Amino acid sequence: MSVRQALLALLEEGPMYGYQLRSEFERRTGATWPLNVGQVYTTLTRLERDGLVTESGADGEGHVIYEVTEAGRDEVATWFTTPVARTTPPRDELAIKLALAVTVPGVDVGTVIQQQRSATISALQDYTRLKRDRRDTTPGDLAWTLVLDSLIFNAEAEVRWLDHCEARLRRAALESPAAPLTTSADAEERTAR
Amino acid sequence: MSAVLQLDTVTRIHGEGETEVHALKSVTFAAHDGELVAVMGPSGSGKSTLLTLAGGLDAPTSGTVSVEGTDLATLGQKGRARMRRTSIGYVFQDFNLIPALTAAENVALPLELDGVGTRQARALARVALGEVGIAELADRFPDNMSGGQQQRVAIARAVVGERRLILADEPTGALDTETGEEILRLLRSRCDAGAAGVLVTHEARHAAWADRVVFLRDGVIVDETGADRVEALVDSGATR
Repeated sequence: MSVRQALLALLEEGPMYGYQLRSEFERRTGATWPLNVGQVYTTLTRLERDGLVTESGADGEGHVIYEVTEAGRDEVATWFTTPVARTTPPRDELAIKLALAVTVPGVDVGTVIQQQRSATISALQDYTRLKRDRRDTTPGDLAWTLVLDSLIFNAEAEVRWLDHCEARLRRAALESPAAPLTTSADAEERTAR
Repeated sequence: MSAVLQLDTVTRIHGEGETEVHALKSVTFAAHDGELVAVMGPSGSGKSTLLTLAGGLDAPTSGTVSVEGTDLATLGQKGRARMRRTSIGYVFQDFNLIPALTAAENVALPLELDGVGTRQARALARVALGEVGIAELADRFPDNMSGGQQQRVAIARAVVGERRLILADEPTGALDTETGEEILRLLRSRCDAGAAGVLVTHEARHAAWADRVVFLRDGVIVDETGADRVEALVDSGATR
């Protein structure tokens, strides 16, 4: 995750110390990707080394305050104007699991799919419950709602993909009875015949 | 909490012999007051059959369908029609409003058919339209409304009077994401206010508004999420 660019972007709003940066980040993303303060300070140290931020003194309580440099602003501008790379998809455990489930003998793929669908819809229900009670009064609220929407759309895409896998596997099973998918309903039908 | 809708070991077979299709196989299902239940499944899984049986538009081959404790089979044709007008509200994908009637007239229609005087029916219709946030559109015709507005009218029509069971068949299918969400929010709030709702959908994002999500495959309930209520678990136990 681009903690580096996110922190730089936050510093565009004005100088801040590490703890403030962490809470500002979490306010906008609803703590979906929690940052620990150590990670924030390590990142700030690297940003300083690379000349993207400088220390601009300390507050009354001794917190070191950082501000973004000209080079830092350029980096933020580049980040916002460059699309997120989609060339190397992140490793997707579910896709890998399913790819193996359909090929390794003895796996009940129908159950693998249904259990995942159930779990993903439960997560969707949780996100939806969070969303239901939200009123977007500040830009920070709106930012978190949009992050929540992203989680919702991703979970939905996963369920659609699972539906697709199931339909595809069932068709394959009809065309060649040796194909891997057996759902409980199929099994029931087979014993009935 | 009591079951507004109860399907008990319901089987529905269409056709006979060679062409026999088992649309539902021994399904036990309940929707309680204050609860929104989503039914998901691929086409042909029995979702629509479940909804038509729940609404008394079709009768099961075996098993019982009860609405507010009354077995629909014990009611005659007339009794069922009355039950549909007074206890059950429908929301369809394509709104099904009558184009020649205004919003208020559409909403008042089931009440008037049930013998409520025109003036009182229209007054209740206006209240219902206010509850779905479109009081100012009461005198408009469906053709002069957006899809989202028409679906709001349909929801007002589904809940007007004292109806406790709302049956919704892909109610957001024809709407864009944001309008669809407003409709779900509305459906949800009707259930929070005490109605029981059954939402048939193939979209996970919409099903997620429900308290429970029931999965149908080939006429059988194969799984269920969010069944944290003991009663709900007991109700579905027979079909697991």
